Amino acid sequence: MSDAATLEFRSVTKRYPGQSEPAVENLSLTVPAGEICVLVGPSGCGKTTAMRMVNRMIDITDGDILLDGRSVKERRPAELRRDIGYAIQQIGLFPHLTVGDNIATVPRLLGWDKERIRARVDQLLELVSLDPHETRDRYPAQLSGGQRQRVGVARALAVDPPLMLMDEPFGAIDPINRERLQNEFLRLQREIRKTVVFVTHDIDEAIKMGDRIAVLKKGGKLAQYASPAELLMYPADSFGEDFVGADRALKRLALQRVRDVNLWRAPLVRVGEPVAEVRAKLSDAEVPYPLLVDDEGRPLGWLSEKGLGGERVQDELRSNPKPILDLDDVLRDALADLLYEEAQYGPVVDERGAVTGVLSIEILSHALRTDPEEVPSGADAL
Amino acid sequence: MTVPIAQVEIRQREDTCVADNGFCPDWIVDNFDRYVDPFFQHVLLTVVAMAIGFGISFSLALLAYRRRWLINPVTQVTGILYTVPSIAAFFLLLPITGRGFTTAEIALVAYVLLIIFRNVLTGLDNVPEDIKDAGRGMGLTDRQLLWRVEVPLALPEIMAGLRIAATTTVGLATLAFFAGAGGLGEQIFADITFKSNVVVAGLLAVLLAAVLDGLILLAQRAVTPWTRAVAAR
Repeated sequence: MSDAATLEFRSVTKRYPGQSEPAVENLSLTVPAGEICVLVGPSGCGKTTAMRMVNRMIDITDGDILLDGRSVKERRPAELRRDIGYAIQQIGLFPHLTVGDNIATVPRLLGWDKERIRARVDQLLELVSLDPHETRDRYPAQLSGGQRQRVGVARALAVDPPLMLMDEPFGAIDPINRERLQNEFLRLQREIRKTVVFVTHDIDEAIKMGDRIAVLKKGGKLAQYASPAELLMYPADSFGEDFVGADRALKRLALQRVRDVNLWRAPLVRVGEPVAEVRAKLSDAEVPYPLLVDDEGRPLGWLSEKGLGGERVQDELRSNPKPILDLDDVLRDALADLLYEEAQYGPVVDERGAVTGVLSIEILSHALRTDPEEVPSGADAL
Repeated sequence: MTVPIAQVEIRQREDTCVADNGFCPDWIVDNFDRYVDPFFQHVLLTVVAMAIGFGISFSLALLAYRRRWLINPVTQVTGILYTVPSIAAFFLLLPITGRGFTTAEIALVAYVLLIIFRNVLTGLDNVPEDIKDAGRGMGLTDRQLLWRVEVPLALPEIMAGLRIAATTTVGLATLAFFAGAGGLGEQIFADITFKSNVVVAGLLAVLLAAVLDGLILLAQRAVTPWTRAVAAR
C-alpha cells in the first residue's frame, strides 16, 4: 500500500436535499501521486465537503472520484477509509486510549499482530519527532497541543496509506507552533511522498504547503487550479486576485526558503579569540557586527564594542541573537520573525543548530524585487 | 390480602434496658445473629435488581441512541414506573405475581430503569462529535465505534448512574418485605418500637449502601484510568 495514489475528481457535484444551490458543483481535478493538493477558499466554498466525499464521509450526488483509477463508490466505506489517512482540525484523538493505542487503531482493525503494531507505533512516533518511550503510554490529555497534532498525523499514517486527507490540521495551533508543524510536515512529506488533500481557508498556508492549489468559490466552483507560483503571478480572474490578496509580491516570499537565497557570511567569533583577527574578519564581512558562538557553533549573541576592548574577545553582548532562523523557513516567515524581533540580521542555523550564515532585511528586499519568472515553482521550492 | 406485618416477640422482659425500648449494646451483641440472614437477603435483593435493571436500561439506551424517536416513549414509561410509590407497586403486583422475591424484584427493577437509562444516554450523547468523526473517518464501523469509543467514553456517566441506582435500591429494598421478600426491612418492622433493633438493622442498610457505592467507585476508577491523567507539563 505504501505507494502514493493518483486522485481524480470527475465532474463531482454535491447537492444537499432541500438546498437549491449545490455545495460542490462539477468539480474536476487530478492530483498526481505524491503531491500535496490544497483546497482553499472562503467559508461555504465546499472545500471540506469536497474532501469528505473522497473517503465517502459524504455521499457523492453526481460524478465520480477515482483513486488510482478505481471509483470510491465501488468500495465499502469502512474498508475504503482504512486505506486513507484522515486528520482533522480538532484532531479527534480518543481520550480513553493511550497515544500508542490511538495510533494502533487501524492496524488493529486490519488484524496486525502485536509485535508489528508495537514496532510501527514506535517508528511513527519517531517520524513525527516524538520520543516513543516518553509518549507511547501517555493519554492525549497529558500532551501539549502541538504534540497532540503530531500524534494525529502519526495515527493517520499508521498503515502507510497511499492518500492522506487533512482538514485544517494545524488550524487550532498557535502561530509559532503552526509554522513549526508546517515545516515538519513538509520535511516529513519529502520522505514519505504521499498524495495529500489539504483543506485550509488560509491562503498563506495554501501557498506554503501546496504543490498545487485549487481555489474554490462559493457554491463549490473551481476558480483556479495551479501551482502556488502560477497562482500568485497569474490569478485566473478577479476572484482569484482578490482572494490571493493585494500583497501578492509579499506572498511570493512564501515560495522561497532561507536555503534558496544567498546568505551573508557571518563574522563568527569565539570567546578568547585574538581581537586583531576579529577586526580582520569584520573588514571584509557584509554584516558589521561580530556574532559570538559557542564551541558547537551555536549563536550566543551579537558582540558589543566592549567585547573587543582587550587583547582577546570577551563575553560582552550587545544583544541576543534572535531571531534564529532555520534553513527550512520560508522567506515570508523569516521576514515576519525579523520584524517581530525588530532585528536587521538573523543568524541562520542548520539541523545541528550551528550558524551557517546570516539573513538580512536587504537580502529579503532583493528577493522581493526578483523577476517573477525566476521564482521557482512550489514543487521546486521544496 | 393481609398485610404481612408480623409483630414477632424478640425481647425478653427481664432486661430493663430492653423493656424500656432503649439502646442496649449487650442485647445487640447477644442477638446479632438474627440480622445476618436478612442482611444477605438484602444484598441479594439489591444486586439482582441492579443487574437486571442495568441489563434492561443499558440495552434500551443503546437502542434509543441510534433510533432517537425511542427516547421519548422510553423516558415516559420508565418515568411513570419511577414515580409509582414502591409500596403501591408491591400491592398492585401481589394479585399477579404473588408474594415473594419475584414481586419485590419487579418493583425494584422498575424503579432503577429511568436512572440508568438517562445516565447511559447522556454519557453516549456527550461523546464529542470530532472524536466520532475521526473514528468513522479512520474506518470504524458503527458497531466498532460504539463499543470501542462511545461506550468507553460514556463510562463515567454510566457508573455515576449505577451509584445513584445502588443507594436508592438499598433503601427501597427495606420495603421489600411488604411483598414477602424479606431483607433488613423485615427486621426493622419486626419491632419498630425497639431502638436497638431499628438502629442495628438501619445501620446495616446504610453500611451496605456505602460499601456498594464504594465498590462501584473503585470499579469506575479501574475502567476509566484516563480521567485521572492530568497534564504532566
